[in-house]
Amino acid sequence: MTAPRSPTRDAWRRLRANRMATAALVLLTLMVIACVVGPTICGWCGLDATTLDLDLLASPPSAAHPLGTDSLGRDLLVRVLEGGQVAIVVGVTATLVALVIGVAWGATAGFVGGRTDAVMMRIVDVMYGFPTVVFVVVIRAVLDAHSMVSLFALIGAVSWLTMARIVRGQVLTLRHREFVEAARALGAGPTRVLVRHILPNTLGPVVVYATTLVPQTILVETFLSFIGLGVQAPAASWGTLVTEGSTQVAVSPWVLAGPGLAMGLTIAALNFVGDGLRDALDPQASR
Amino acid sequence: MIRRVLGRMVGAVAVLAAVATIAFWLLHAAPGGPFSSERRLQPAVERNIEERYHLRDPLWRQYTTYMSGLARLDFGHSMKRPDTVGAIIRRHFPHSLIIGLLAIGFAALFGTALGVIAAARRNTWVDHGAMLIALFGVAVPSLVLGPLAIRLFALKLGWIPPARADSFVGYLAPAAVLGLIYAGTIARLARAGMLETLGADYVRTARAKGVSERGVVWRHALRLGVMPVVSYLGPATAGLISGSFVVEKIFQIPGLGFYFVDSVTSRDYPVLTGLLVFYVAFLVALNLLVDLAYGWLDPRIRDQRGAP
Repeated sequence: MTAPRSPTRDAWRRLRANRMATAALVLLTLMVIACVVGPTICGWCGLDATTLDLDLLASPPSAAHPLGTDSLGRDLLVRVLEGGQVAIVVGVTATLVALVIGVAWGATAGFVGGRTDAVMMRIVDVMYGFPTVVFVVVIRAVLDAHSMVSLFALIGAVSWLTMARIVRGQVLTLRHREFVEAARALGAGPTRVLVRHILPNTLGPVVVYATTLVPQTILVETFLSFIGLGVQAPAASWGTLVTEGSTQVAVSPWVLAGPGLAMGLTIAALNFVGDGLRDALDPQASR
Repeated sequence: MIRRVLGRMVGAVAVLAAVATIAFWLLHAAPGGPFSSERRLQPAVERNIEERYHLRDPLWRQYTTYMSGLARLDFGHSMKRPDTVGAIIRRHFPHSLIIGLLAIGFAALFGTALGVIAAARRNTWVDHGAMLIALFGVAVPSLVLGPLAIRLFALKLGWIPPARADSFVGYLAPAAVLGLIYAGTIARLARAGMLETLGADYVRTARAKGVSERGVVWRHALRLGVMPVVSYLGPATAGLISGSFVVEKIFQIPGLGFYFVDSVTSRDYPVLTGLLVFYVAFLVALNLLVDLAYGWLDPRIRDQRGAP
């Protein structure tokens, strides 16, 4: 039985042949499922992220609390899973924002070319040298906004630079290819050429880079929560959990270990998937 | 060459002016000021304070006062501490600078070595091991690694003083924690760059004329193979600044990062704007140096732009 060959199917086969990437993908899927349904299931057992177990304040991992409890007696496993929900939303939303800005910026620069291109990419160059995360800190402080949505949007708004460069590079090489000339000869306008013919062909590198963006945005959330400008208590995010754990590492290290491990595993897994995708989507570059 | 550097410097001053302007107007548009509190001050006291900081002037006047001060390298006076912003920078920047330099030095040397060795022995266990270390650096944030390092090296083993940076040893642990994430990224960049260079024609020529494998890797390929690393150093340093906020707080180092975060939470606007402008100025200067290093490493770029 031979399945019909298509570039997508080929890429999928190459991805599955990569054992590390497959394992990472399975791990990620399991974690996403656990984060989405876990807190609900624990809720049925009368255990949620704010339930206080006053007999077990800051207790090490046990049968009742597999990751231990924090200094208020809250179960860390549930809190890590709830933090995971925040991480998923941050990762996806901020990455999407960065994706939209980056693709629009890079595609416009590359497609219009000339002076517009020079100015737009110069702006990207200048911003590259900036401590963009520091700007997020300033804007967060100024706007006094503690809403999660604005947090994710802001993180995305400073993470699009590399995406713009990648897309511009792709558009530049695609712009003069025969199939684009053909589309133009058939009477397609510039917008249609760009959106229907050029952009779909940049999908590979864009997807690969988006995968590496997700862990970056999760790290930015951690950083902002650490300096008190991210997710606000009592809501749990990996950032607030790790921050809390970092202050208690001398007496109760498990408060840091659980969330830290979850974060490290997720970021590592996303890296493996990103590498696997790159090799799968770009066979020439695979080594 | 001199003209190019001068041109870049003019551009840098324009960028700095733009950053200061944006920061100034942004902060003045913000709701709530450094002196707004639940308890109302006596009108006379309030007026005195506002006059002290020129807050009663019209906004455009405050702006020109601030900008002309900046032009004379006068960053203004803190609204919360008995210090000028310049004094804060002078006193606390050295701590941050030492840690930053150690961190970026560690990241560049360790990361490059890791990447080059991995590329030279590609697809062996050496390669996989090196990339695993690199992944560890990328995946474990300093917020997790820092406290663990304190627990292990300071509290358990007693090798480093916990939460004190009065000796050189005290700087090493925070610098390593700060640098590890960049070491990981640099190792990956160096590996990819080296793999590409090791397949280049001029490397084959070197091999053909009988240069040893070690000579090929370290003398011929390295120079071009580390180009991606060199261009990454600029953005890495920019990232290092936000990283230093975390590390300085965890290791209790009286660096500039602490004052930046503090000025955010206490709405000390002169300090916030001043430090922002200072950070950007520092990075712009650094990027200029990186560009010059680029020309020095790659003769093709140097010749194209005229010899230095």
